[in-house]
Parts: sequence; structure tokens; C-alpha cells
Amino acid sequence: MLDPSLVIACRGCDLLHRVQPLPPHGVARCGRCGSILYRHAQHTIDQTLALCVTGILLFVLANLFPLLVFNLHGQVQEATFLTGVKTLEDQGWTGLAAIVLATGMFAPFLHLAGMIYVLLPIRLNRRLPGQALVLRIVQRLEPWSMTEVVLIGVLVAFVKLSDMATIVPGVSLYAFAALILVTAAAMTALEPRSIWERLKAQP
Amino acid sequence: MSTLFDEKTPLTARRAGLVSCHHCETLSLEREKHCSCCGASLHGRKPGSLDRTWALLITAIILYIPANLLPVMRVTSMGREQADTIMGGIIYFMNTGAWYLAVVIFLASMVIPTFKLVVLTYLLLSVHRRSERKPEERMRLYRLTEIIGRWSMVDIYVVAIMVALVELGSMATIEAAPGAWAFALVVITTMTAAMSFDPRLIWDVMESPG
Repeated sequence: MLDPSLVIACRGCDLLHRVQPLPPHGVARCGRCGSILYRHAQHTIDQTLALCVTGILLFVLANLFPLLVFNLHGQVQEATFLTGVKTLEDQGWTGLAAIVLATGMFAPFLHLAGMIYVLLPIRLNRRLPGQALVLRIVQRLEPWSMTEVVLIGVLVAFVKLSDMATIVPGVSLYAFAALILVTAAAMTALEPRSIWERLKAQP
Repeated sequence: MSTLFDEKTPLTARRAGLVSCHHCETLSLEREKHCSCCGASLHGRKPGSLDRTWALLITAIILYIPANLLPVMRVTSMGREQADTIMGGIIYFMNTGAWYLAVVIFLASMVIPTFKLVVLTYLLLSVHRRSERKPEERMRLYRLTEIIGRWSMVDIYVVAIMVALVELGSMATIEAAPGAWAFALVVITTMTAAMSFDPRLIWDVMESPG
């Protein structure tokens, strides 16, 4: 009988595969349907933690300063991501404001914070309560974290408004762009299975 | 080959009496209710996959109509009011020469949502009809649907930023409009529909009985 810890089932077609070591940057694909089974873990826990903490800092930065500044005949208006959400809410579009807030802010933030909650104790050889639950939540949040889409949206708004008035990118725009790169790196850094394995191993 | 793979009776987890955990991919015996590694509840296949995907898909199709017919934004400038639908926004970009933005919005707000609705309908029907045709291609379509889904949200964030920036009283004001709300819901429901579809069903229906 197969040893279950050395075997993985494809997410796409349920076919069983033996887990094998990969070369750097290697990717294992299902022989039948082509779905990715697992990747070579690119980064260490330290690197992933560093990326997550940087991400959080960039996050705070990106929300303190304006994304864009709009100047029409001397009247100036600044916008951060949060002022966008607040304006939608003021105009009565509460549901829409909630979706924008959840996908543009809550999901990415909780994703980073959750990863730190899971990885930092592992790094320090301790365990905190509910780490498994937090890791499951982090995994579920991934598809709902849409910072890169927000950035493109801001850029499109930038161009659209530059006809109407003078529009200037704010500090946050660059912070936001950096946040996206850092989050993307943090998300692909560690192979989920290896995090689960480390979590299982006793401190 | 590292697979235990035979065309007629492929060794899937199900055939081996095992269940793969959705979160940590640990294999457990199929009688287990919770994953021994991470504690998540175990399901052989996504529960109620076909029903849920159909329900979400139909909701998305119904919402797609107001999302495109109703305006997503209302611009009030010096007393003049102008309401823009998604298509209106695309045409605006074309007229002002920013054709590359017209393409971006066209792809994100028209092509991608339509593509997702069509592909999910096709996948669902192919499973219902127990189709054995080109499963690898259907997998590729499914994976593509999952990846591109989120990009339709672009227009929603455009609206969010624009309403915040153009708040200059009687000189110029931009307000969100019902089309934006409908469109955001279309994106959410299609994303959720894609997530609730279990691609393993494509392969399950192809297996030889017994």
C-alpha cells in the first residue's frame, strides 16, 4: 500500500502522484491534466517573513498618503483608497463600498498579517493557538486579494481624469506598486505543503 | 513516470479509497471526516459543486444585463449631467485617442466576464452530458477562467477612485451608479462559481465503471 505522506492527489483530476524532489525553480505537473502539483520552495521562512513585514509597512504607507491628487482650476482634491470607499458609502453605495474595501484592503492585509501569525512563531520555535485555522483562512483569502487590479484601476482613472484637469500621482501610488510586488513574492515564496509540514512538526 | 496511470482505470485518490485535503493536500482515508494534518473538514469532491455552480452562474447571467445596460458612473459638470455605461466608457477612450485604455477596459469588463460565463456553462454542460471529449482542453479553459476572473474588477476600482477625486461641488462631481453595483456582483458571483466548480468531475465522468 502507498505511504500517504509521499503521495499527492492532483487538484485538477484526483490522479495520484509520488512526491519527488525538484530542482530550483522546478514545477511538478500532473501527467494527465497538466495542473500544477507542487513547486520547488523558492524562499526560506526568513525571506517570506521579511516580505510579509515589508508588505504590511508598505500597506500602512499606501493608506496614509494620497494615491492621486486632482487639481481643477485651483480646486484641489486628494484621494486615498479609503477616501474612495468612504465616498461610495456617502453616496449610498454601501454594498459596493464593502466589496471594494474587502478586496482591496481587508483581504490583502489579513493575508499578510495571517502569514506572519503562522510563520513567525514557527521561526521562533513556538506555537500560537489557532495557527492551522489562520493558515486555512489565509489560503482562502488569496483569490480575493486584488491589489494589482486596484493599481491598474487607479492608473486608468489617472488617464481618464488627466483630460479634465491636472492630475498628479501621490506617494502612495509607488508604495502601492511596491506592495503588489512584495505581496506577489511573499505568496509564491513558500510551498503551502511545506508550511503545513513545519506547522505539524513539534516545536 | 511518477504516476500510477493506466488509461482505463487511472489510480485516483477516490479509487484508492483516499481523500485529499483541500487545504494541506494531505491524503486521509475516505471514512475520515477531518484532516489529520490541518483539521479542515474533508470532502471527496467539492460539496454540491454542480448545484452551487449552476445557481451562481445563473445569478451572474441575470445580473450581467443591468451591469451592461445601466450606467456605472454619473458625471455632473457645470450643471450638465452625463451617465456612462461600460460601453460608453470604452467609446469615450476611443474618441479621446487613448485606444490602449479602450482595449484594457473592453477586455476587462466585456470580454473576460463573457468568457467566464460561456466557459463555465460549457464546463457544466460537458459534465452533465458525461462528455469524454478533450478533457485537457477543458482543464486549460478552467484554469484560465480562474486566473483572469479577478481582472474584471478594474472598472469598479476606477469608479471608486474617480468618485473620491472628483468631489468639487458644483464645478464637477462624479457619482457611482447602479451598473457599478450590478457589475461588482457579477464579478463576485462568477469568481465564486468558478471556485465552487470541481474540475475533478470532468475526469470522474470519464472513468470506466467498476
